[in-house]
Parts: sequence; structure tokens; C-alpha cells
Amino acid sequence: MSSYYYSILQGALLTVAVSLASLFVSTILGLLGATAKLSGRRPLVWLATLYTTVVRGIPELVLMLLVFYGAAIGINNLFEAMGSDYVLDLNPFIAGVATLGFIYGAYMTETFRGAILSIPKGQMEAAWAFGMGPVRTFLRITLPQMVRYALPGYTNNWLVLIKATALVSLISLHDMTYMAKQASAATREPFIFLMFAAALYLVFTSISLNVLKRINARYSLGTEKVQL
Amino acid sequence: MSWEIVFETEQLLAYWHGLLTTLSLLLSSLGIGAVLAVACALALTNGPWIVQKLVGSFTYFVRGTPLLIQVYLIYYGLAQLEWIQSRWDDVWPWTHFKEPFFCALLAFALNTGGYTAEMLAGAIRETDPGEVEAARAMGMGRWQIMARIVLPSAIRRTLPPYSNEVVMMLHSTSLASTVPALTDVTAVASQIYSDYYLPFEAYLAAAAIYLCVTFTLIGFFRLLEKRYLAYLAPRRN
Amino acid sequence: MARVPALCLHDCRIFSFSPHPQTKEDKPMTKKLLGLALLAACATTVQAADLKDLKIAIDPTYEPFTYKTADGKPTGFDVDIAEAICAEMKRKCVFVEQVWDSMIPGLQARKYDMIVSSMSMTDERRKVVDFSDRYYKTPSAIVVKKGTAYDAPASLKGKKIGVLKGSTQEKWAMGELKPAGVTVVPYEAQDQVYLDINAGRLDGTVADKVEVHGGFLRKPEGKDYGYVGHDQYETKYYGDGIGIPVRKGQKELLGQINAAIKTIRSNGTYDQIAKKYFDFDPYGN
Repeated sequence: MSSYYYSILQGALLTVAVSLASLFVSTILGLLGATAKLSGRRPLVWLATLYTTVVRGIPELVLMLLVFYGAAIGINNLFEAMGSDYVLDLNPFIAGVATLGFIYGAYMTETFRGAILSIPKGQMEAAWAFGMGPVRTFLRITLPQMVRYALPGYTNNWLVLIKATALVSLISLHDMTYMAKQASAATREPFIFLMFAAALYLVFTSISLNVLKRINARYSLGTEKVQL
Repeated sequence: MSWEIVFETEQLLAYWHGLLTTLSLLLSSLGIGAVLAVACALALTNGPWIVQKLVGSFTYFVRGTPLLIQVYLIYYGLAQLEWIQSRWDDVWPWTHFKEPFFCALLAFALNTGGYTAEMLAGAIRETDPGEVEAARAMGMGRWQIMARIVLPSAIRRTLPPYSNEVVMMLHSTSLASTVPALTDVTAVASQIYSDYYLPFEAYLAAAAIYLCVTFTLIGFFRLLEKRYLAYLAPRRN
Repeated sequence: MARVPALCLHDCRIFSFSPHPQTKEDKPMTKKLLGLALLAACATTVQAADLKDLKIAIDPTYEPFTYKTADGKPTGFDVDIAEAICAEMKRKCVFVEQVWDSMIPGLQARKYDMIVSSMSMTDERRKVVDFSDRYYKTPSAIVVKKGTAYDAPASLKGKKIGVLKGSTQEKWAMGELKPAGVTVVPYEAQDQVYLDINAGRLDGTVADKVEVHGGFLRKPEGKDYGYVGHDQYETKYYGDGIGIPVRKGQKELLGQINAAIKTIRSNGTYDQIAKKYFDFDPYGN
């Protein structure tokens, strides 16, 4: 019996790995999307808007099943059509991380876009006046200031992401939820194993909230707080 | 890519029934969740300390665990308990736990109730103290102030995040496909996929249906905001 | 903790953000970085078909054919047969877990090379995959509470019967029980059917006789249940036994598998494995 708990804990490690990897991918996609949307160039703006609208309008489960089952067949057919012998071996971890990162990249795009728009425009104008190129302005001026405005939305997205990793259990990735389901079906005692998995999720959420509160405090140094 | 199979009458009818199930699940869980949310929000802001802690731990659990686990807990977990098993053949409330639709509905209603309760509680706490003082000066009692002044403005303030919550709930109803015997849109797509080996077409059709419903919901909420949050709109003349 | 904004409902003004034309040095730099990143991503995932490892799909919720021990190791009749076949073919077995109703689509998507998980060889399936020779054949039956009167499918009218989604038993139940007024409920995995029978939501199941014995009847929760009705062998639903599917057109692999099956049947390995789990010969005739 105790080995089932151990397997759920191992699944917990995988859950954390999937969450962190998806966060990384979605942050990068979010930054790319936000800069595309704010670049002013019509094809980029159009592409980014299509990305966020479609991805945020479809349930994560449907998108995950679409990418995991549909994309693999599609890409392999493409390879076959091109005459190549290669087999794109999408292991479930990469498929899950890619899908979650892709989905939450859209949400991150909106968060980062809102944050960049909140930065007083004078900051960027001063940077241009100094002769900084767009990339340098972005990396040295925009990005650090954007972090403070983006943090509440980023925290939100991260908490939703942790819970969305439960969905990868439906594409047979051995995360916490999958192991809990297997243990409960094999021992016919679903309640205890599911509660154990739920408790672990609560632990992750609490730790994340704590860490992000500290990061928020660090990045809000030097700003005035509203006194009620 | 063979789209002809997906557009056959049999499949389209299945998608239609799935859509009806999804919408009924969505609307019922939103309705029950809204009532629950108002009660919980009032408890969170006005209740005695112990009630606040209880409701607070309920929302903490609901917002800290994935909806998938909540659905499994209610469907499989509760079924395991001897106490419920011995009662669910004849005692009235517990007979419903046998039905998959009820279990899914309960899980979704509790989930949306928990999230909306926190949103509403936050909006109630943000009420302008001046309004409450003025109401007290007029001689209104505690519950009168709540019902006539605080709640209406709090509900209005919750409208934008609530619209996001409704869209999120629509997406979450796709998890109903994990409960056996519930045929919502995602479950229909999975069935077509395993019967005809067409993952792309089946899931793209499901995605298109969800996209349409999402746009409808967002349009509806824009109309609501135009009416109820008209004072926040930018100047037009 | 407000939910993530789904779509922008307020003023969605997009500020035009490009102040002056890009300097020449920035463009090729970002292009190079993008190219490198893409290359790195491809390199980690694309690989030529490895000739050493053989990926085999199993659905480990089907005791005693495929299931997992408490420490997560796949075991069972199918798993042992697969290991024996791999040993004959001198390749390493790598087991991939897959939900039953997406077994064949996963095969078509090249997630694995073959399925050794008690898959029946029906005509419908032969349209999309190629099957090896048979490696066992056992009948299916209806399992309900002991003492239930039964002489025809109509005797179960109004009862709820659980089946595995995408299985031949589901086809049988939909074809024979559903028209007689029985409620047939498809489940994702067979052991979830047993969970719900245990809970009282289902009155019974239609399953492989050996599987339901190993996974349910011989356990304490199954002591009140038993078989009713005849042993189901109908080829219309069940095909002609259990085989190993591979993707269409893989003649060489299929030949190797068939040769391996013949070898283990003749040199006693098959009987050795069968004795571990059953007290009869599952090969059938």
C-alpha cells in the first residue's frame, strides 16, 4: 500500500517538472507574443491576435488532445510526404510541456502586454533619446519595469498552470493525478489516494504563493504603497 | 484529412446533443454556483470568525486543487464511502450521487462557487466606506445596507472578472468527458476519434464549437457591461 | 485570486510601438538566435528509427493480462509474451502505457511499433492495421450478481452494464444488449468498471471471461458476482482471436513477430508463461 503513496510522490516530482518547464516555455512565448502585438507591424499583430484569441477560446483539454494526437500524425505525414524516413518521436513529457506552454503562452501574452502598456511611456522615450536600439531598450528598460506590473497576473497564470498540469494525466503522462488514479483503481480505494494528491497540490500552491509574495516585495521596493 | 465523415448527419447530431449537454451543465452549475457564491461572500465578509474560517478553507481547497481531482473525488471518492453507499438506493438526497450528471454538476458548481465567492468578497471589501456611512446615516439596518447598497455595486464590480470566470467554466465543462456516461462535446469528439481514427477532424470540430460559444458568451457580457457599467465607459461626446 | 482574463473586454487599443527603423546589426543577430533555437529543438526530438528498441503499447488496467504491480512494474500474460517475443527477435522491449480507446490511433501516430494488450483481430480493425498470428483466444461473458435470472438479453432490461470504451465487448453490448433495453455505459478503463460495480453504480459488465475472473471475481469485492449467458465467441464482434497489430505495410516486422510466436509455441516458453497465470491453455482452437 505504501508503495502507491511513493509512486504518487514520484508523480509529484514529474508534476513540478512539467509545471516549471511549461512556465519557461509559456514565458518565452508570452514575451514574443507581447512584443509582436505591440510592434505595430500589421502581419505580426494579426498573427499574435489570432494566436491569443483562438488559444484562449478553446478548452485546454481539447487543445491538448488535438496537439498530442493530431499534431503527431500530421507532422509524421508531412515527413512521409517529403520522403524522409524520420519518425518524430514525441514523448509524452515533451508533448505535454509543449502543449501547456503553447496554451499558457497566450495568457502570458495578454499579461505581459498589459504590463508593458502600464509602464509610463516617458521611460522608453528617454531610452530612445539616449540612442538605445529597440532590443537594448527592451532588455534594459522595459523588461525590468514590466516585471513589477506583470507579477499579479503572472502569479495567477502560474497557479492556474500548476492545476492545469493535472490534465496531462489524460495523455498518459505519469504525473500525480495519473498515479493517484491508477492507485485508486487498482486498490479500489479512490478517496484516500485522491485526497493525498489534492493535499500535495495544496502544498505546491501554498509554497508558490509564498515565493511569489517575496518576489513581489523585492520588485516593489521603492514604490509608494496605497494607504487606506 | 477526411471531413466528410465528421459532417455526416449522425456525427452532427451527436455534436448537437453534446452541445446541449455542455450548455445545460454550464448554465446549471453557474446558477447554483452563483447562489452559493453570494452566500459564501456574505459569510466571508460579515460572518462570525469561525464561519469565516470555514468558508475560507472551503475556497482555499477549491481554488488550490485541480478541477479534475475535484471531479474524481466527487464521482469515485464519495462512491467509495460506506456511509453513502448504504444510503444511495433509497434516501433522497444521496440517490443523486449515483448519477454521473449530478456528480459532475456538483463538482463544477462547488468550483465556480468557490472562485466567484472570493471575487465577490473582494468586491464587497472594496466598497466605498462613504456609501456605507451615508446609508447608516439614513437609518438603514445592517442587512438593508447589504442588500440595497453594497451588493448591487459589488456585483457590478465583479462583472468583468466574472465574465472570465464564465468562459473558464465553459472550458472546464470539457472535463465532464472524464466522467463515464457524460457525453459533452469533448466526449463526442473522443468517441468519433476512437471509432473512425480521425483525431484532427474530430477535435477541430469540437474546438470550433467551443470557439463559437465562447464568442457568444463574450458578446453577451459586453452587452451587460455596456448597460451596467455604463458609467465606466469612455466619453463619447 | 481573480481568474485569468479570457479575452480583452474593455478598450483593446494597440499602441504602435516602433519608434525608429531597426539598426542593421540587430536583424541578423535575432535571426541567428531563432535559427539556433529551432535547430536545438529539432535535434532533441527527431531521431532515425532506432533498430534496437521495440516500443510496445500496453493498457495496464487489464489484470491478469496487463497490469502493474504496486511498485509500478508492468506485468501479466501479455507483458511476458511480449518479452518472450522480443527475446526471440533479439530486441529490447520498451513498454508504453496507453489508454485503450486511443491504442490504434497511437500506433498510427508512430508512438509505438506494436500493441501487445489483448487486442482482438476484427475485420474493422484489419482495415487500418495488420495483425500477426493469434497468440490466444478466450471467450467473453456477461457478469452480473449471482442469482440474477437470465435467459436472453431482455432479462437484463433496465440494468446498467459497464464496458470498456473501444473494446469488442462494447460492440457486442451495443449490438445485443442495448436494443433489448439495457443501459450500456462505456468506461475509459476496465478497472474503473470494477470500481463502479463495487460502488453500486453498475449492475454488471461484459468482459473477457479470464480477465474478469483475474481482475474482479477472485477478489473479495467480486464474490457476489458470476457469469450468466453463453460464452461469447461471435466472430461478428470478436473476430478470430487475440493478435498483435502493427502499422500497415510493415511486412518484415510482422514476419519476425509471427516467426517468434511460432517458436515460443513450439519450444515450451508459451506453456511456461501460461502456467504462471492460468490453469488452462489460453491458445484456443
